[in-house]
Amino acid sequence: MGKPNDVNEASFEAEVIKAANPTLVDFWATWCGPCRMIAPVVEALAEEYAGRMNFAKVNVDAEPKLANKYGIRSIPTLLVFKGGKPVKQLVGNQPKEELKKALDAALQP
Amino acid sequence: MSSISEHEVIIVGGGPAGLTAGLYASRAGLKAVALEKGLIGGQIINAPLVENYPGFPHGIAGSDLGDLMCRQAEKHGLRFITGDVVGVEVADGYKVVRTSDGELRCKVVIAATGSERQKLGVPGEQLLLGRGVSYCATCDGPLFRGETVAVVGGGDVAITEALSLVAFVNKIVVIHRRDELRASAILRERAQSEPKISFLWSTVVSDVLGDDKVRELSLRDVKTVRSFNLEVSGVFVCIGHRPNTDYLAHTLPLDPAGYVITDVQMRTDVPGLFAAGDIRQNSARQVVAAAGDGATAALSAEKFLKGI
Repeated sequence: MGKPNDVNEASFEAEVIKAANPTLVDFWATWCGPCRMIAPVVEALAEEYAGRMNFAKVNVDAEPKLANKYGIRSIPTLLVFKGGKPVKQLVGNQPKEELKKALDAALQP
Repeated sequence: MSSISEHEVIIVGGGPAGLTAGLYASRAGLKAVALEKGLIGGQIINAPLVENYPGFPHGIAGSDLGDLMCRQAEKHGLRFITGDVVGVEVADGYKVVRTSDGELRCKVVIAATGSERQKLGVPGEQLLLGRGVSYCATCDGPLFRGETVAVVGGGDVAITEALSLVAFVNKIVVIHRRDELRASAILRERAQSEPKISFLWSTVVSDVLGDDKVRELSLRDVKTVRSFNLEVSGVFVCIGHRPNTDYLAHTLPLDPAGYVITDVQMRTDVPGLFAAGDIRQNSARQVVAAAGDGATAALSAEKFLKGI
């Protein structure tokens, strides 16, 4: 609870597509500087939105098929899933306030 | 954020120039805040390895260097505010920094907003950002494994980016508006002897085409004025930098390229408004130079506040 789960191709369906709550998926890689900078921001949001929103992480090197399926061409890319579909894509440097706007929008019925 | 807050020093920008200015201002006992719209660290957070910042003989990841600079400034009292600056106004005895969220009032402004990659300014570029349009090959190159990509530009940055893509992609087409590269001889030779790299000379991009991802570039040969398309899945734009100084256009005279003119003490024409780092005319565009500018600007700001 309150920390992004590492998900892979096998667990993506259960943890993201079929999740009851909207889910923010952080596509990242070890060689990506901005990914390291944004990770603590995402972790803080995971605490703040615990219980309302799920948080997941996909390592694009380990999961190239998932990255390809969702057209990830730049990282970090954050995708907000709702009802099994990506509803919002945020690419690159994003301040916390921008992320919160996207999450709050996804939480609207 | 409240609509008006009062500060002694507002530093606009959280890169090496701004963070160093913040470190010096805070250590001088000034109440300083840094205003940053994105992530703290500046452009270096995209650099996998910074090898020319003194004190790190084995190099250091740009994101680590940015993080260390941030923590050091914070430890000495610098505070951070998230916000996008839209203007700076000079009033009698104080300055107003306008942001997307309100106004901040202060005595001194240190502008350190750096530069960003020049955009092509063609249809499709903005729409397909993160979907094949990229301004950083070292960041996004591994996501184009085995594919064909274009690099636009002919300078050192463009050729360095093209060479860094060789490890990942199948084919790289360098598109350059002139008929020879501006890049240094050593880079030029390496690129021209690399079998994965080919060149389209005297050619400009007129459109980035694609739906959910980049599929083609619409190109124009500037000599024959012939238009043609090139199938690529990615385009890396490396046509130089532009300073982030739009918000200063009504406050200060800028040079024709948009850079701020300062003296060696980082003073501008406006008393109490200083500039540091990549936004300065003739900046060396190096991390260590930006940090040096930041230190100088903060020391000048301290003198200004003391009336020296």
